[in-house]
Amino acid sequence: MPKKNQSNNEMFKGTLDMMILRTLAGGDAHGHTIAKVIERTSEDLLEVEQGSLYPALHRLEDRRWVSSYWGASENNRKAKFYRLTAEGRKQLVRETSRWRQMTRASGLVMG
Amino acid sequence: MSWMRFLHRKRSDSELQDEIEAFLTEETADNEARGMSPEEARRQARLKLGNPQKVRESLWVQNTPQRLAGIARDVKYAFRTLSRTPGFSIIAIVVMALCLGAATSLFTVVRSALLRPLPFRDPARLVMVYEHFRGGELSYHPVAPADFYDWRSKTHGFEDMAIMRPAGYNLTGVRNELPESVQAEAGSSNLFSLLGVQPALGRDFTEADDQRGSAVVMLTWSVFERRFAGDAKIVDGQIHLDGKPYTVIGVLPSWFTYPDAGIQLWVPYKADASPEMLQHHDWHGSHVVARLRPDVSLASAIAQVGAIQYQNHLQYPHDPVAEDVVSRSLNEDLAGDVKKPLMLMLSAVGCMLLIGCLNVANLLVARGAARQKEVAIRSALGAQRATLIREQMAESVLICAAGGVGGILLSLGATEWLAKTWKDLPTAQSIHMDGAVMAFACALMFAAALIAGLLPALSTTGKSMLKALQTSVRTGSSSVSRTALRKSLLTAEIGITVVLLVAAGLLLKSFMQLRAANVGCVVDNTLTLQYNLPGNNYDTPEKRNAFNEALLARVRALPGVHGAALGTTVPGTGYWGTDEFTVKEHPPLKTDEHLPDALTRWVDPGYFSALGIPLVSGRFFTRDERAARSYKVIVSRQLVQQYLAGENPIGKHLHVPGRAHDGAPDLMDWEIVGVVGDTVYQVGKEPKATMYFPILEGRSDAMLAVHTATDALLFSVPLEKQIASLDPELPVSDVLTMDQIIGASLVNASLSATLVLAFAILSLILASVGLYGVLSYLTTQRTSELGIRMALGAQRDQLLQLMLVDGLRPALFGLGLGLVMSFAATRIFQSMLFGTKPLDPLVLSGVIATLLAVAVMACLAPAWRASRLDPMKALRTE
Repeated sequence: MPKKNQSNNEMFKGTLDMMILRTLAGGDAHGHTIAKVIERTSEDLLEVEQGSLYPALHRLEDRRWVSSYWGASENNRKAKFYRLTAEGRKQLVRETSRWRQMTRASGLVMG
Repeated sequence: MSWMRFLHRKRSDSELQDEIEAFLTEETADNEARGMSPEEARRQARLKLGNPQKVRESLWVQNTPQRLAGIARDVKYAFRTLSRTPGFSIIAIVVMALCLGAATSLFTVVRSALLRPLPFRDPARLVMVYEHFRGGELSYHPVAPADFYDWRSKTHGFEDMAIMRPAGYNLTGVRNELPESVQAEAGSSNLFSLLGVQPALGRDFTEADDQRGSAVVMLTWSVFERRFAGDAKIVDGQIHLDGKPYTVIGVLPSWFTYPDAGIQLWVPYKADASPEMLQHHDWHGSHVVARLRPDVSLASAIAQVGAIQYQNHLQYPHDPVAEDVVSRSLNEDLAGDVKKPLMLMLSAVGCMLLIGCLNVANLLVARGAARQKEVAIRSALGAQRATLIREQMAESVLICAAGGVGGILLSLGATEWLAKTWKDLPTAQSIHMDGAVMAFACALMFAAALIAGLLPALSTTGKSMLKALQTSVRTGSSSVSRTALRKSLLTAEIGITVVLLVAAGLLLKSFMQLRAANVGCVVDNTLTLQYNLPGNNYDTPEKRNAFNEALLARVRALPGVHGAALGTTVPGTGYWGTDEFTVKEHPPLKTDEHLPDALTRWVDPGYFSALGIPLVSGRFFTRDERAARSYKVIVSRQLVQQYLAGENPIGKHLHVPGRAHDGAPDLMDWEIVGVVGDTVYQVGKEPKATMYFPILEGRSDAMLAVHTATDALLFSVPLEKQIASLDPELPVSDVLTMDQIIGASLVNASLSATLVLAFAILSLILASVGLYGVLSYLTTQRTSELGIRMALGAQRDQLLQLMLVDGLRPALFGLGLGLVMSFAATRIFQSMLFGTKPLDPLVLSGVIATLLAVAVMACLAPAWRASRLDPMKALRTE
């Protein structure tokens, strides 16, 4: 696998939670799928570090934005699935509008 | 939520491991799908995951509140450090347990006795109202019922006022069960409703009950349980008091032990009060409790009552009617005399606790010194000062926590003992530990931990700590400031110890003075007992005299009896009553002058010789001076000195308005026939002027005192047999030796002296341990210096002297400081002292000598060791 640009990941850190919520908005998923979806959707520009993915998932669960359950994966293996809660959906809306504002502002500054 | 996370972090971790495993499987499967070999696929999956341990760690950290983890680490670390030096830890914990336990116990007692409101309704508005004679010092004088009725009807500041007075009865059942003499109170019918007390069984007194001749009674719970086996059928049943049938109308609840736990019965106030008693404004003997109106201030309510009382005073200028009234809260009234000793002991215990803390602090400073380098290095590497302080505090917190737990356990036992031993503690039965006491103990524990830990922690982590890195070990100079700190801690410790020692010494001396005080009569081998001839069987003076004289004759005939005295009371057993009098031969007193008063006693002709009270002049009573012919009185020397100075008292007449002759109400003059030596009515009090009347007037209440050749208690059974042979139904009470009576009145003095002495001795031990510790430490610190001195030719004696002086200096400073402090402190409890004063030279020199001796002993061992050092070894030590 190609080594990804470091700066991409720096920027990525603060937004991981938001991206996880966004990914789960598409449906329940387990950790591996979430990572894969984020990487694919970003055209492999972003790499999800497992070291931050799992603590992030637990953190979101602790804040009641996602809930979890054990189920069978698409390959019929045991996996822990995460689901977006109603509270999480509201949070996603807030995060998204904040993110839009910020990128627009950055875009204006950078020209 | 974060707590849930913290508590579930183990489960969360194991779930994470499963998740990681699942991830690896998925990724491997993906990689295999991309065409890799199984091994390669697995390897790449692991590469992508990175270090799984790191993932687990970061989740673990996320799930752990950082502050808490830090504290847990500190505690664990402190625990290990402490268990490495078990000797030190155990001593420190025991010291803290003793100090905290004693403090908690005393607080429990103080809280119950002084702070906790009685379980009455709205106790804050309950006050006791007393009469007050202007001119003298503030005194709480019992109230005359006639005054009370005026107050109640003419003032409006109180919702209601109630009156009560002590009484006593011979209690027998209707079927002639064993007689028993019981303490009772007579209370007005509104008393219980005013206090907010509902009877547990039956009903309260009504207005109709509170009339002369009414025969109703309320039982307290204790007599109901004890004598009537808690059988509710006794309500509406009958009991006999002094041979008269009374109907039991109710039983008071078990918590009701007011005014004290000895009260067994309540009767209506007016039930057996004569109309004269109720109408006279000088019949002082009752207590008034009042409930303040919510919208009236106490001052204005009392001012109204005071105005009424002043009118009464003006109306009866020649009678002892007080001019004014005073009040105090019901709570304070109950606490009464125990407040001062309690506060004294609480302060003593506080001092001991402080010494304990200082001692632990002192020991911790020494330990801090050993870790100085470590602390300096860690701080150089960027450790925060707060972190380092917290870490060092953990040790003192652990010590105090362990000590606190031990202390609470100790105080469970100690409190019970105190409540039992300490006489006159109000509400003694309700003294127990509760939530508030626990909270207090915990607060105390944390305060102790803070005092004991903060000082050493601050000293080791201060700005100067980097010097520790710079200075060479050889010079030992880095420890100078710390040694100075330890010495000042020690000075404070010794100072407080001196204060405690002085207090203990003074209390002990007072107690011994009291013990040795001369009562004025025979005390050794003297047995006393009391009886009261019931009115139904002994209805005439002749019958009463016949019994008394027959008893005296029989007792005097017993082998081994030196003498027997019959009186209403004997010296040393209490104040009892006084009467006002004037000397008939003197010009009348001015209207604003107070009538003189004297204690009133009734005695048989042989009373004085049996008790060894000397005759000063005149003669004793004769057997002829009885009943209607008893116009004679004997007075004490004190009365003559005060009111008949320079005159011949024999043949003068005392006019005693309260003591009219039977059948001749206008005859109130009594001829003085003799003067006898002074006696004291209570140990520790000055002798008071006393009048003795002949008991053969026909008194029914009597106290028999028998002076015997051998151990007086051996005579109790023969004596009771004599009484039973004369009248088998007569109950006898309070069979006690004079020693016991006097001892009982000194129990409190002995208790405060013993406890404060115990605290002082413990503090002395603590201080000497501290002194020893500091000097031993100094010796170790200065080993190489001492080696150099020896190498240069210093003699061993010189070294011994050097070290001894070094150790004794803080002791001397502390002694000076303590003496100055105790001058101030002992003044506060001056009123508790007897036969001694705050600057008692004997006590002070004793304290100084003790302290110096202990200090020299504590310093001698380390100083001796220092002087015996092998110079070669000393020089080699690093």
